Amino acid sequence: MLAFFIQRLMQAAFVMLVVALIAFSLFHYVGDPVLNMLGQEATDADRAALRTQLGLDQTILVQFWQFMVSAVQFEFGISYRSARPVSELILERLPATLELAIVSAIFAVVMGIVLGIYTAIQRGNWLSRFIMTASLIGVSLPTFLIGILLIYLFAVELGWLPAFGRGQVVELTSWWDTGLLTTSGLRSIILPAITLGLFQLTLIMRLVRAEMLEVLRTDYIKFARARGLSRRVVNLRHALKNTMVPVITIIGLQLGTIIAFAIITETVFQWPGVGALFITAVRFVDIPVMAAYLMMIALVFVVINLVVDLLYYAVDPRLRVQGGGK
Amino acid sequence: MLRKTLIASAVAATMLATSASAETLRWTRSSDGLTLDPHSQNEGPTHALNHQIFDTLIYQDMDINYQPGLATDWYIHPDDPSVWVFEIREGVTFHEGQALTSEDVVFSLDRARHEYADMRGLLTSIKEVRAEDDYTVHVETHDPNPLLPNNLTNLFIMSKAWAEEHDVETPQNYAAGEETHAVRNANGTGPFRVESREPDTRTVMVRNDDYWGIDEYPMEVSELIFTPIESAATRVAALLSGEVDLLQETPVQDIERLANAEGIRNEQGAENRTIFLGMDLGSMELSTADTDDNPFADLRVREAINIAVDATTIQRAVMRGNSEPAGIIVPPFVNGYSSELDEVVPADTERAQALMAEAGYGDGFSVTLQCPNDRYMNDEQICQAVVSMLARIGISVNLDAQTRSLHFAELANGEYDFYMLGWGVPTMDIEYVFNYLYHSKESDLGTWNFTGYSNERIDELTVAMASETDEETRNAMIEEARQIVHDDIVYIPIHHQMLTWSMRDDIDFKVQSENTPHFKYLRFNQ
Repeated sequence: MLAFFIQRLMQAAFVMLVVALIAFSLFHYVGDPVLNMLGQEATDADRAALRTQLGLDQTILVQFWQFMVSAVQFEFGISYRSARPVSELILERLPATLELAIVSAIFAVVMGIVLGIYTAIQRGNWLSRFIMTASLIGVSLPTFLIGILLIYLFAVELGWLPAFGRGQVVELTSWWDTGLLTTSGLRSIILPAITLGLFQLTLIMRLVRAEMLEVLRTDYIKFARARGLSRRVVNLRHALKNTMVPVITIIGLQLGTIIAFAIITETVFQWPGVGALFITAVRFVDIPVMAAYLMMIALVFVVINLVVDLLYYAVDPRLRVQGGGK
Repeated sequence: MLRKTLIASAVAATMLATSASAETLRWTRSSDGLTLDPHSQNEGPTHALNHQIFDTLIYQDMDINYQPGLATDWYIHPDDPSVWVFEIREGVTFHEGQALTSEDVVFSLDRARHEYADMRGLLTSIKEVRAEDDYTVHVETHDPNPLLPNNLTNLFIMSKAWAEEHDVETPQNYAAGEETHAVRNANGTGPFRVESREPDTRTVMVRNDDYWGIDEYPMEVSELIFTPIESAATRVAALLSGEVDLLQETPVQDIERLANAEGIRNEQGAENRTIFLGMDLGSMELSTADTDDNPFADLRVREAINIAVDATTIQRAVMRGNSEPAGIIVPPFVNGYSSELDEVVPADTERAQALMAEAGYGDGFSVTLQCPNDRYMNDEQICQAVVSMLARIGISVNLDAQTRSLHFAELANGEYDFYMLGWGVPTMDIEYVFNYLYHSKESDLGTWNFTGYSNERIDELTVAMASETDEETRNAMIEEARQIVHDDIVYIPIHHQMLTWSMRDDIDFKVQSENTPHFKYLRFNQ
């Protein structure tokens, strides 16, 4: 068990290192932050001086080493754009992103499972067909377009929901401002959460439907029916339970994707989360913020994968045998 | 009857008074100010935000005329042409109560010249700043500088005592790795006080009822809420749905739609920015061209390009009428502008083709055009139009459109043959254009001259006009210089940009050519 754990942990550390290295070599191609920072009146000497001040005149490898040394201490330097500590900026923006991700994940899971079951049981009726066709739109339309369409329908034409922002926030703790406890905050989260969750919803719905159809064909369901159990009990207790195993795996893995995909949704809705922070950072070549964000996303994925691996290990006896039976 | 009227007018008067004293204005544009530290960044949106909170000695009002801010008068010292005298306004207090004296002005000018201050580029001509008495400041320059006051319109005055108290006597030092108090806190003398600020999200400002100009300006906005919205579609939607009242920088494609929307109106005006194409005409050989010489070095080729690029068509087809085709790289309201040279050359494909043939490029050549795609209005689309226009005279252009930070980095590194650039003139004098765009590229001069153009006479005139105080002599220099660069076709001018702001239709406000609104001037129509 311990050997397995250590092996996985070392793999995770290696992945983080590679991500950091790739991120760092990419910064070379995003442009020159010094041009943004100094106005057009600056001279070449001014620019060279600032470059030295920021350590940008060093080679990539030296810069990378300095970054890694501070990164392990959770120290990401000062944002070039807003002149504030990067770790503080990210922590300040993280609650907004997490709230959005969680609400949209709940939306996607609940609606996905309900619609999946419905379309599996009521196969062939017109509503199921309609849902299946409509779900194609959810898969094929890009997120930003869905967001803009929702804004125009619900904010501009109907005037029901706000077009941008997070509404009123209240302080939950010193480092967590929540928008989920105020009316304007709740109204503000509806459209971005739908936009962000629509793709996952479609995915979960199609998965539940496919698994459900599979299970409904198995013998034990036929036996259950033959025993004269009600349809409700057969469908929801016997069939659904066995559908959920792969669904739960997918949901876990998709959570990381939701946080990473929040970039586009946050930009469209001016949602003050880490994704929007990243986009402005890219535009400004704010290297410290970009580096910290990419490391954070990599960490989220690595941790999720690590947990999933360990869960498999706990669930699947075969892995334990391979590991030497310790 | 009389009594009734009296009551009615009394009620009306009260209503008028209350509505004028408690009006919130919700303002949006694409980007937030980067910092409240007024000297650490030299950037448009940052200055626009700080202008609401701080004052400058001199500022440009909504018609971009120079107006007295914290200086009531300014003039060249009668005995010394290298000294500018500024008389400081008396009785002004900062938001936190400190009284303004010339010490604060000296402190602010010195702080802005510090090595960590991005504002120092505008103040390089200053040798020393001295407080003569409590309300007189002398600014000594290395050489006589008739344009010094024009460089001070974004130079905000901070309180010396406040800066000392909060340990922010110098602007942000990135190497030090910590945030300074001045990044998110401000103590100015301006028409609004900062009540709360969440960077990139929301800044709430309230009217400063102790403002020195409270009776001089309308000051009808009692609360100013600034929420930047990055996505253009969302910004427009927020105005349409009534969640914001004033939108700066309306996207070109939405101008017509907003003009037709109920309850919303557009204001338009010329922006202080001219868009043009530049080319490497100094090198022996182009790096992206299929020739082994440099076609751009030939004046006939440049003339052919100038004739082939049809600014009028670009105005109609790409800008939907929202631009002013240009013949000179100076906006109309800048000193040194010439309407004669701003005449647009009519497009004439046949003549352009003949010129190409004459220059020995009858079969054309190919070259890469570098364009930003997120810097100027419809920048990439303009370049696409240029590509098809130049194809007609045999120049096969490969378009390389990319984000601004890459575009400008490549220009600075010299990796280009043919490029797009836009230029504004913050000092309102053509000397700025010669200094940055036409002077030979040397250490401190010609920093944005990526063409390789070098003309001794232009260099001489540029340096001379910076310190010439006699207006007549100076105008003659300007006239000579602008004719030379016009005849040499150093750049291919396209157009002067237009600015559009959209607002609720009961708002009485107009576009400012520097794209810097001063909300103390805003009125609400009853």
